[in-house]
Amino acid sequence: MSGDGLDTRHRGEALRKAVLIAVPYLWLVALFLVPFFIVLKISLSDIALARPPYMPQLDLSAGLAGLRDFFAGLDFENFVFLTEDSLYWKAYLSSLQIAAVSTIITLLVGYPIAYGMARAAPEWRPTLLMLVILPFWTSFLIRVYSWMGILSNEGTLNSVLLWLGVIDVPLQIMNTNIAVYIGVVYTYLPFMILPIYATLDKMDSSLLEAAEDLGCSRTEAFWLVTLPLSKGGIIAGCFLVFIPTIGEFVIPTLLGGSDTLMIGKVLWEEFFSNRDWPVASAVAVVLLMILIIPIVLFQRNEQKQREAEG
Amino acid sequence: MAQTVFAPWEDPEEKPLIEFRNVTKRFGEFVAIDDLSLAIYSKEFFALLGPSGCGKTTMMRMLAGFEDPSEGAILLDGRDISGVPPNRRAVNMMFQSYALFPHLSVWDNIAFGLKREGQPKDKIAARVDEMLRLTRLNKFATRKPHQISGGQRQRVALARSLAKAPKLLLLDEPLGALDRKLREETQFELMDIQEKTGTTFVIVTHDQEEAMTVASRVAVMDEGRIVQVATPSVIYEAPISVYVADFIGDVNLVRGTARARPETPSVAAEAVAGPTAPEPAAAAAVAPNLAAPEQTASERSAAEAALPVDPRAPQPNALGEWLHDKVLFPILGRRKPQQKLLPAPSPQERATSDRPQTAPPRDAAQAKPAPAHADDPDALAGGGIVIDWAEGQPPVIATNGDAALDGKPVVLALRPEKVSIGKAALDMPNTLRGKVIDIAYLGNISTYHVQLADGSMIKAQTANTRRLSRRDITWEDEVWVGFSATAGVVLEE
Ligand SMILES: Nc1ncnc2c1ncn2[C@@H]1O[C@H](COP(=O)(O)OP(=O)(O)O)[C@@H](O)[C@H]1O
Ligand SMILES: [Mg+2]
Repeated sequence: MSGDGLDTRHRGEALRKAVLIAVPYLWLVALFLVPFFIVLKISLSDIALARPPYMPQLDLSAGLAGLRDFFAGLDFENFVFLTEDSLYWKAYLSSLQIAAVSTIITLLVGYPIAYGMARAAPEWRPTLLMLVILPFWTSFLIRVYSWMGILSNEGTLNSVLLWLGVIDVPLQIMNTNIAVYIGVVYTYLPFMILPIYATLDKMDSSLLEAAEDLGCSRTEAFWLVTLPLSKGGIIAGCFLVFIPTIGEFVIPTLLGGSDTLMIGKVLWEEFFSNRDWPVASAVAVVLLMILIIPIVLFQRNEQKQREAEG
Repeated sequence: MAQTVFAPWEDPEEKPLIEFRNVTKRFGEFVAIDDLSLAIYSKEFFALLGPSGCGKTTMMRMLAGFEDPSEGAILLDGRDISGVPPNRRAVNMMFQSYALFPHLSVWDNIAFGLKREGQPKDKIAARVDEMLRLTRLNKFATRKPHQISGGQRQRVALARSLAKAPKLLLLDEPLGALDRKLREETQFELMDIQEKTGTTFVIVTHDQEEAMTVASRVAVMDEGRIVQVATPSVIYEAPISVYVADFIGDVNLVRGTARARPETPSVAAEAVAGPTAPEPAAAAAVAPNLAAPEQTASERSAAEAALPVDPRAPQPNALGEWLHDKVLFPILGRRKPQQKLLPAPSPQERATSDRPQTAPPRDAAQAKPAPAHADDPDALAGGGIVIDWAEGQPPVIATNGDAALDGKPVVLALRPEKVSIGKAALDMPNTLRGKVIDIAYLGNISTYHVQLADGSMIKAQTANTRRLSRRDITWEDEVWVGFSATAGVVLEE
């Protein structure tokens, strides 16, 4: 083979690599960075009775002067506004709290389910996995609506409890934070179960035998071996529940009450009820900033996980 | 090395550390262990050897407590241990996969079992350090299992299972994942540690060389049963069945029909079964059971060697021979005092009476045959059997064969290193002629695959004591292979 041929092959390979790397970056730019900068731009604009409902607009026909006018019109007013009205930071804090509490509940419910699945007979596991994923086949909205049917004062739950004689007056669950927790835990449970199940399923069962062989009881073996080894799955599951819950809007709107304060709901109201796109965008940008911290932590966890395995 | 003989299995007073009593283990319908009885003694290095799926791991798991026998009992120190959970047995296991805890450092892995005992911290630390020293892992104490090499991982697993000083250590194919060189080193390390700690080791392996190297006794298993339990040299030199002979090491299996040999060592009687193809001199047809007047060169030489008689002196002819054997000998006794060889050992004798080992025999694989029988062609004894094994091939003489096998199908198991090879006729009771088809050169030894006139193959092995250039046998060469009358082991089919 000639040196030329080798060279061409090298160049071809380099090109292929470049294309391969370019694909995810293009994806990131098109679907994350571009929308983000559009939202950022709107958050720096002022509300206007126009279409779209904000200004300034970039007038490219005016040339350089137009560009200068455009940038002169941008400011941080809306962000300053967010700090002045206590509604916003209370909504942020309340969202964080609701997300944290529901993550913990989801973990407590999800871990035993994942554990049971991983311990089930191998021929049962695909079926169980299927059952966990099955709810995704129906619309999320319909599922939350059906919870309204279950939890409302005349709903299934109260009817059954009344019929059983456990209670005399219907429980007020609907339109409280409890309903929000139930909705969130129900909705995000698969995101907790799946990563935990994955780590438990991968775990070498001889590790537990080794632990028993070295003097552990079954319970000790669980705390000393199983739980630490499923840490990666627990962390991944927690992030997968926590991150989307902070911005959750449908569940608090449909199941929560007037006192349920969540930033997703605030955002929705600013955007559609008040038609204040710039403030709504500012809320979204701040929310993104808040979320970046757990997202980075999550990425780091995934990285560490991979390193430990490799 | 101490020269006291380590052979507790020969001492009827000695109590076994482990005893399997008629243990059967079923998985559903499948019988994994079939009515198995076995005794293992304290301080033994006991090897379970057998093909994959024969039940070795199942036996280990029953000892460790992960499985309970379906029938029978397992005794540890005389106590039935069925129903005792694994964490309450003075038994530790080194897992086939090592099963190191990936989230713990090497140090914490080794300390794991000690911490469960609730020992004081300084005592645990001292013991862990001792184990690290023993397995030469001091430098890696703080590393995680995925940060060390396969060989080091294997030593961590060993250190971890030894840390609690168990009465019994179970090793399930512990060296399977290591490359050859590391495996051999580790075998010696294991033996060293076993001697130092005085722990009883039971090792599972499907590698017969490994079993021979490390073990004081080897149990050869087949489909849930134990076929033979003996020291490595007995297993090798005196297998009790074709299965064992074939499983352990390289072997030539000569299948044929046994014929009792006359008690008197008349050489002529051997040549009865038709002409010996390669020798034109042997072309003469002979009456069955009567001596052939003509002999092959090799037989003649063997005959001359066998008879402590002047070859020129008058000799009994075939008829005289027959008369002596059938009529006179039973009445009058032997024709003349013979230099008689010892009879072949019975299987029981073979299983127990081998030259006892000083604990573990390191050179078992290379051990020379015990000179229990005069293995000397100059003294071809009478008795034993001849084996008719192939058309056109001279029958094979096996003076160590049991004459009672007369007429039965038998197999002569013949180790290649007991077969000599030469370009000229060999001065041996059994010689066969053939052509070299293949030579497996292993550096220290060469194995010659020789094809005989009838197509059957015989492997002969020689030590390569000479330099390559001075070895004269090569491919396609016409050669003689030969072996003594006691070189093989006669086994019933
Ligand atoms: N838990 C089990 N269930 C069913 N069959 C089993 C089980 N464990 C082992 N066996 C069967 O028992 C036989 C012996 O297995 P094992 O002891 O692992 O063999 P090996 O000698 O290779 O270690 C195999 O045929 C295996 O399929
Ligand atoms: Mg096995």
